[in-house]
Formats: sequence, structure tokens, C-alpha cells
Amino acid sequence: MTAPTLVKARRRRETAAGYTFLSPWLLGFFLLTAGPMVASLYLSFTDYDLFSDPEWIGVENYTKLFADERFRHSVTVTLGYVLLATPLKLAAALGVAVLLNGRRKGQGFYRSAFYAPSLIGASVSIAIVWKALFGTEGAVDEIGQFFGWNSGGWVGNPSLSMPMLVLLSVWQFGAPMVIFLAGLKQVPAELHEAALVDGASRARRFWSITLPMISPVLFFNLILETIHAFQIFNSAYVISGGNGSPAGSTLFYTLYLYMRGFADLKMGYASAMAWLLAIAVAVLTLIMFRSSKSWVHYGGDQS
Amino acid sequence: MSTAVLTEPATAPAEHRPSKPKGRLGSIGFHLGSLAVLVVVLYPGVWTIASAFKERSQIVGSANPFTASPTLDNFRTALSGIAGISFWQFFGNSLVLAVLSVLTVVVSSAISAYALARIRFPGRDLWFALMIGTMLVPAHVMLIPQFIVFQKAQLVNTLVPLLIGKLLATDAFFVFLMVQFIRSMPRELDEAAQVDGAGHTRIFWSIILPLLRPAIATSSIFAFIWSWNDFLGPLLYLKKPDMYTLPLALRLYLDQTTTSDYGAQIAMAVLALVPVMLIFFVFQRYLIEGVATQGLKG
Repeated sequence: MTAPTLVKARRRRETAAGYTFLSPWLLGFFLLTAGPMVASLYLSFTDYDLFSDPEWIGVENYTKLFADERFRHSVTVTLGYVLLATPLKLAAALGVAVLLNGRRKGQGFYRSAFYAPSLIGASVSIAIVWKALFGTEGAVDEIGQFFGWNSGGWVGNPSLSMPMLVLLSVWQFGAPMVIFLAGLKQVPAELHEAALVDGASRARRFWSITLPMISPVLFFNLILETIHAFQIFNSAYVISGGNGSPAGSTLFYTLYLYMRGFADLKMGYASAMAWLLAIAVAVLTLIMFRSSKSWVHYGGDQS
Repeated sequence: MSTAVLTEPATAPAEHRPSKPKGRLGSIGFHLGSLAVLVVVLYPGVWTIASAFKERSQIVGSANPFTASPTLDNFRTALSGIAGISFWQFFGNSLVLAVLSVLTVVVSSAISAYALARIRFPGRDLWFALMIGTMLVPAHVMLIPQFIVFQKAQLVNTLVPLLIGKLLATDAFFVFLMVQFIRSMPRELDEAAQVDGAGHTRIFWSIILPLLRPAIATSSIFAFIWSWNDFLGPLLYLKKPDMYTLPLALRLYLDQTTTSDYGAQIAMAVLALVPVMLIFFVFQRYLIEGVATQGLKG
């Protein structure tokens, strides 16, 4: 054989090996991700109840959605949650990460302890705990009363049930905090030392050195947590008893989608909701990526 | 930045400190601040565990976690189960699902990650980009068609719908984690093996896989915990109470008992968290490094 044919044969072998090794993910991608995405796009233009054949109805699901008051309500609830929970959680994460940064004794212990809630926060167990803590006469209510504030329990109060879930999200600040800490570790000490020589204050150093240096990490956390927040389900489902109570104050988008899809078996309607969610998340991610050019700085030591 | 940077022990002697040591005053401030955060973060957990040992009537209306007369009654009630099914049955169901999840996730993700990290073939970069892209897609877009197919195939009340995605590496988090890890390994190792005539199967099996152990550990822990806590999956696909996992059993319990009876509910919630907390205490370093790596590479 000549050299070029050998190279060609080798390349063909590599390609075959590549696709063989990648086959689990490829199969999963087509059968469980891309395929279902296309299918739910189709279903969103139909009326389908799982038992009779899907009936093509054009954009009716979408027009109905925009007229559906509970749908609009669920959008408001979810956007309110995302806009409140994400910045608060990230601020807590960054604040505590800055506090922990540096090699002090005990840093590892605090880091682990603060991370623990991220592992269990979305579990049914913690939802039950939250319900008991924030319920009528619960521990939080009692602490409130000590300070002269009679909340009457957060769970049953439509104006407090959302802040309660926001607090549950902020409580899980540990995961983004760990990511911030890893980012802070990479900030060269020389920068801070130079600024210190120039007499820059602590706040000034944070704004002009730390924040720009960790902006890629901040950006990553922002995207991840935003997408996450849109999909809150477990805690809302368990605490509200599956119906977004009290007074629809915890009727999150995913909860309403679940109710329409799996309780009412309106699969077309729920598919339209799912696609609108995906589009909203995609548009938001795109906007964040666009805006990132002006505030995210990729430093020299990134590989 | 590679994973290697992060696997350096946190307690290593400080060669360059991110900021100067701030003396005793700074140290006191650090510990006071950290302790204050610690109290807030741990309070719900302490209150929960302590409440599980309280008499039923004492739980609500008491912010003080401690009681003069601890009791095991709540645990007895919780362990006796619901609807004629014992707690241990639910526990076993959760355990089987979690262990199978770990096995399927690790095998499929490691194999797929090897292709993306070490084999050069046309289309690889596109597949890699698509894999990252799937992390941004809300699961709800796939949920309904998947449910319809599994329902029509009569796979409801089997573990197939809950495991097939794991067998086919659909969770990009794990593949991504392993790709990053393999990329940080020195290439000389597999090049040397290649010169000796080893094919990809041999290289994967005898060089990459043994070195991949830390990433496998991290993935296993996350796969276990996420499966253990998963609620929506079992809610959709497990309809028979004797197949329920612990999260479903907890919800059933919540529905069947009156709201004032927090005792057994909380005891059961605590029992359900025990495996997760045990894993956390033993493997916290793997978990935290896994999270950190993920973020730095994003």
C-alpha cells in the first residue's frame, strides 16, 4: 500500500472508532433529546389527550395560552421568582466566597458546611422541613413574633409563600459559592498587592480587580442559576400540595405545565407551554451572552 | 485551568496568598462572619434532626431545637411505613434505582467522553457543541413526548424510563466532567501505547479508565444523590405504591397525615436524608472539586 492510502485507512478507522465510542451519547441525543424536542414542537400544534389521535389545530394552543389567565399568572410568578432568587443567591454566594477566600484555618470546613444545602435543597425531605419551619406557629413564625412580627405562618400567606421559596433557593448558595471560590483562587495576588501599594481601598480593589477577574465565573453562575430557577418544581409541588396554593402564589410555570399535561392530559397545550419556556430560556441566554461581551473579561491565563 | 489545579489539597502550604494575612483582627472577623453564616445555614438542619426526636405536640411552635424529653416514637411511626408498605421497601426501591443510575451513568459517560476527548474524527466539535447546548434546554421540552412513548410501550411502572437516559448519557454534566478530566491527562501516555500497537479499546480500558477514577468518583456521587432525590421522574413513571421511591413515599405520607402531625413526617424526611448526608461526609472533597471544575471550564 502507498502512504496516502495508509493515512486514509487510518483516518477511516479513527472515524469508525470515534462514532462507536460516542454511540451511547449519540443515541441518547437523537432518541431522547432531539427527537422528543421535534415531537413536542409538532404536538404543540395539535390537540392530544394520549388516547385519541393528535388533531392538528394550528396555533390554537398558543393563542389560547395568551388568553389563559392562569398561564399569564404562572409567567408572572415564575419571572418574579427568577428575578428575585437568582440575584440574591448569587450575591450571597459571592459575599460568602469573598469572606472565605484566603488560606485561613477552617476555610475547608466552612466551605463544606455551606455547600451541604445545595445537595439536599431540592429534595422532598427539605420541602417538608421548610413547610414545618415556615408554617403557622412554626419556628420562623415564632422567631418573627419574638421581634414583634406576627406573620401567621408563611406557607398559607399568599404574599409570603413566594419569599419563603426564595429563601429556600438562597439557602442553597453553596454550589455557586464553591465555583466563585475556585475563581477567586485564580486572581493573581500581585494585582492586589500593586493596588494596595497605590493605596486602593478594599471596596475599590473588589470593584476594580476582583470583580473583573472573576467575571467569567460570575457569568457562568448567572446562566446556570437562571436556567435552574426557571425550572423550580419539587419544592413548589410539595409545599403547595401540587396546585400552586395559596391563591396561586406558587403556581410556577413548570407546575402549571405539569397540571395541564399530566393531570388534565392536555398534551398539546402542555407541549406549547414547554416550547415557550425553551424559547424564553434560549432568548434570555442569548441576551446574556450578547451582554457578556461588555462586562465579562477573559484574562490571559485562560486556556 | 485544568482539573489538576483544583485537586491540590486545600490545606497545602500557602505559597502565594490571594491577599496578605490580615493578622489577628482579620482572623476574628473571618471566624465571626463565617460562624454567623454557619448558624443560619445549619439551623434548618439542626432544627429538623432535633424535632424528629421531639414529642409530636412539641414540634410546631418551638424554634428551640432542644427538648427535655427526647423520644423515638416518631421514628417508630415512620419506620412502620404507609399504606401497608414498610419504610424499608421504599428505601430499597430508592437504593436499587440509585445504584443502577450510578452504573449506567458512569459507563455511558466515560465511553462517550473518551470519543470526544481523545479520538479525532469529523463532526466531533459539532457533537461536543451540541452536547453543551443540551445543558441549556429545559427538560420539559422532552418530557411529554418521552412520556407518551413510554406509556404506549407499556413501560410505566418499570425502571426503563428512569434509567434509559442514563444508559445513553443524556446528562451532559457527566460527559462534560469526564471530557475535561481526560483532556487534562498527558497525551504521551496514549501516544506511547499507540506506538506499541494498542487500539482505542485497549487505551481506553488500560490507560484512561484507571486515571479517570477521580472523575468517576465525582460522577458516581452526583449520580447517586440526584437519583436519590429525584422526584419528577418517579412521579411520572412509578404509579404502584410498592414501587415508590422515598421521595414519593414522603409525599404520600404528607397527603395522608394531617398537617399537625409533623413528627413522623419529619422523622421520615430525616431518615431519607441519611444516605445523602453520609455520602457527603465521606466524599465531600470529590463533590466540591467536581462543582469547582465545572464552573471554571464553563
